[in-house]
Amino acid sequence: MKTLTITSKNVEFLEKIETLSGQTITMCDQCGVCSGSCPMVEEMDIMPSQMMRDVQLGIVEVLDTKTMWLCASCYTCTARCPRGLDLSKVAEALRQYNLRKAMDYIDIEELSREELRHLPQIALVSGLRKFTS
Amino acid sequence: MSLKRLSYFPGCSLKTKAQNFEISAIEVSRALGVELVEPEKWNCCGTVFSLTDDDLLHHLAPVRDLIRFEEMQSKGLVDDNRVLALCSMCYNTLKRSNLRVKENDDDLKNINDLMYLEEDYKRSIDVIHFFQLIEELGFDAIKEKAVKPFDNLNVAPYYGCMLLRPKEVAIDDPEEPAVQEHLIESLGANSIDFPYKKLCCGSYQTVNNKEAVARLAHDILGNAQKRGADLVVTSCPLCAFNLDSRQKVVKELYPDFREIPVLYITQLMAIAFGLDKKTWGFEYNYIDPEPVLKNKNII
Repeated sequence: MKTLTITSKNVEFLEKIETLSGQTITMCDQCGVCSGSCPMVEEMDIMPSQMMRDVQLGIVEVLDTKTMWLCASCYTCTARCPRGLDLSKVAEALRQYNLRKAMDYIDIEELSREELRHLPQIALVSGLRKFTS
Repeated sequence: MSLKRLSYFPGCSLKTKAQNFEISAIEVSRALGVELVEPEKWNCCGTVFSLTDDDLLHHLAPVRDLIRFEEMQSKGLVDDNRVLALCSMCYNTLKRSNLRVKENDDDLKNINDLMYLEEDYKRSIDVIHFFQLIEELGFDAIKEKAVKPFDNLNVAPYYGCMLLRPKEVAIDDPEEPAVQEHLIESLGANSIDFPYKKLCCGSYQTVNNKEAVARLAHDILGNAQKRGADLVVTSCPLCAFNLDSRQKVVKELYPDFREIPVLYITQLMAIAFGLDKKTWGFEYNYIDPEPVLKNKNII
């Protein structure tokens, strides 16, 4: 049986994410509608509802999961959350928490010239906005 | 007949990879009595709306464009205070940024102060999407202009995300939208209902995770095909890229996948209205729409 001890560090992390996202994350009742609606859930290591749970408990290790980087900001979770929570903002807050440490998630130099020429600006600009600082 | 002049925001992609969207939309709008007027100067809207509460910097770009539209209005270059976006993503970003400053006096003040070389944004602009113009003109106006025999053409309307979510910017019911269906039927074609019409195409994941996009495209397009669609229509250059150009990756992952043309809604309208072929912009489509249209005796 695992034990989780909630310390001030956990509370601090939860509060930081709540401030960045403007969401009262403790309101999430873990219904799972977000996970059921997410178009990218099958690619993710933890489901959106699990991401919310981790943040609720102030588990900082959620920052190392892939979920926030696989989010496509489609707002379906936001549209369907029965508690009116905006999960897309929580995912953005988690991405920004990482990115603001001046750590990019993608390196544009890893894209081939061919791929860079092929992608329309709308893809490159949005991708770089979401994945780089 | 004098045309009603409406501010128009192209967005970056419509000037490059998605010229087929712009060319067809401008001519279709003219045919419907509306002149889309582009500002002399404009900048990228930023593509995505910044979602952290403390970030104002990324709202500068869209608000700067809103100032451009106020300038156009004050110079008498357009007939009302609205700006029309064709690109769903530009629509979503411009509209959400507009709402952010309309609802927060402090944010507006900070943004205006920071952009001190610009006139202050006075919050007078309203952002609309092309489909909202269509609703205003009325589907009868569309029927009048539709001259091609579309009655055996099956078209699946793909909405994607940005037109329907979040609620404050939705142009139609987020779960059961119908505007494109009505438009398709007004053109004389059959509208194919399919449950993935509002499933995200994967958006910017196409940059570093094109396999995930290919999986989504496979589901979306496959489902439309299963329900009898001959082609899919969209109004977002990113959706169009993911559903059209990425069919190459879909075919690699799913060898049994059958290709299906993906058109911008305005390309379909240009064909329906009998406009000159140079307004269709087929040279920008990855999957060539001509075979399907020839097959249906439309061209």
